[in-house]
Amino acid sequence: MARMKFLCDADRCIECNACVTACKNENDVPWGINRRRVVTINDGKPGERSISMACMHCTDAPCAAVCPVSCFYTTADAVVLHDKDLCIGCGYCFYACPFGAPQYPRVGNFGGRGKMDKCTYCAGGPQQDNTPAEYAQYGANRLAEGKLPLCAEMCSTKALLAGDGEIIASIYKERVQRRGYGSGAWGWRTAYRETVTV
Amino acid sequence: MTKRLIVALLALMLSAGGVTAQAQAPASPRGQVSAEELELQRALQGGRIEGRVSIPDRKAASLIQPEGREWRQFHNSTLTWIGGIAVLGMLGILALFYAVKGRIRISSGWSGRSLLRFNLLERANHWMVASSFIILALSGLNLTFGRYLLLPLIGPEGFATLSLWGKVAHNYLAFPFTLGLVVMLLLWIKDNIPDRVDLAWLKAGGGFFTGGHPAAGRFNAGQKLIFWITVLGGGIVAASGYVLLFPFSVTDIAGQQLSHIVHGVLAMLMIAAMLAHIYIGTLGMEGALDAMTTGRVDYNWAREHHSLWVEDELNRARDSVAPPSGIKAAGAD
Repeated sequence: MARMKFLCDADRCIECNACVTACKNENDVPWGINRRRVVTINDGKPGERSISMACMHCTDAPCAAVCPVSCFYTTADAVVLHDKDLCIGCGYCFYACPFGAPQYPRVGNFGGRGKMDKCTYCAGGPQQDNTPAEYAQYGANRLAEGKLPLCAEMCSTKALLAGDGEIIASIYKERVQRRGYGSGAWGWRTAYRETVTV
Repeated sequence: MTKRLIVALLALMLSAGGVTAQAQAPASPRGQVSAEELELQRALQGGRIEGRVSIPDRKAASLIQPEGREWRQFHNSTLTWIGGIAVLGMLGILALFYAVKGRIRISSGWSGRSLLRFNLLERANHWMVASSFIILALSGLNLTFGRYLLLPLIGPEGFATLSLWGKVAHNYLAFPFTLGLVVMLLLWIKDNIPDRVDLAWLKAGGGFFTGGHPAAGRFNAGQKLIFWITVLGGGIVAASGYVLLFPFSVTDIAGQQLSHIVHGVLAMLMIAAMLAHIYIGTLGMEGALDAMTTGRVDYNWAREHHSLWVEDELNRARDSVAPPSGIKAAGAD
């Protein structure tokens, strides 16, 4: 089985936000939630880069570690998913997550935040694959159809890569070697305790 | 002619130097300024990496917040240890005290006469705070210990349902709890100002170990301590809880993590303190519970534990019956 990861090549990202839009559309993401977002650092200054960020599906995921009802699980592809039928919307995963991935559909309602929602790596949830029930709760299950997450698949500059960690790391390495620079695999050290050395 | 040649040579050398300098620079200016994650993190000294987002959600601009790691450590390890030691430790101390000293009896026995210690408002308010606190404490403890203790017993579905109701109760009972604290403060603060009598009471260890009954007013030093733990500790726990109840309305994620840490630690310590309060109010002392049920306590109990308060009450009762000396009642001659 593959070890699925995301890698954003910040030197290629043009901040078009198509990944954000594609994700929202493909997964019918609730109002106010963006499972993926593009953050621009050093905006308007030298060293400006845009990074598309979502749940990184961490090794030893902090969300799973702190969940008081243990509703998280890791699939055979190392995708970190959660069971919304068990989630109590306490917000603990949000405090622990380094990437701000967990979000709640009702933020300000007396702490009644609703079930947590986050990127599923287009891999649905614990329900039967590609059923209406799964789609309503979690969105698309492209992985079960043999497809990769839509955000990375449709990225026009191929800045956002999804797939087996070793393969996308080797693609990135080759790019950096060829062009002579790279700002690194953002979030990898935090999420996977390793980085892509060129 | 030679001068001109030298000048031309110099110019050539200079321009050649310029060319080599240009050739040394990278082909593209894109890679000149590093935007490497590790370097940025070093520049921020391990702080949060923030940028700009075009979606209308300001909090999404936080790219990486390493503080989550410390919060995870706190929640999964520190708080579990603090809570475990505080709660189990207090239960152990109380069990030991009960085993060695047993129940504190009314030394001079039941007198059969009683006097009013807490009126209906005081009792109702006490039980509003107490019942809210018990459910708040249990649902709070469940979030820290439930998945180790309850989850294996009742299974994921049952445990998730229980925890969900626990969370709802926790959120809404925060309001009667806070209201009760305010009323409690207004009702009892005048009897809970520390004074010299408390020093003597504390020096005598409250009589817990020597068996005597040091003098005390309406509240002894131990009860005053419980009062201030409840009002101040409970106040801070409530305030930090409201910050979590309304995410991002008061503070950002760092503030919410800090609020949770304050909330968790203080709540654990308060639970330990309240275990002692519950023990001494019920099992630990004969005649104590009446004060909060019927509101009337036995005269002998009151004299032993709150001698100065009884004197005050008796004086006031006498004054209400007999007129103060020096003033002749009408028709007394």
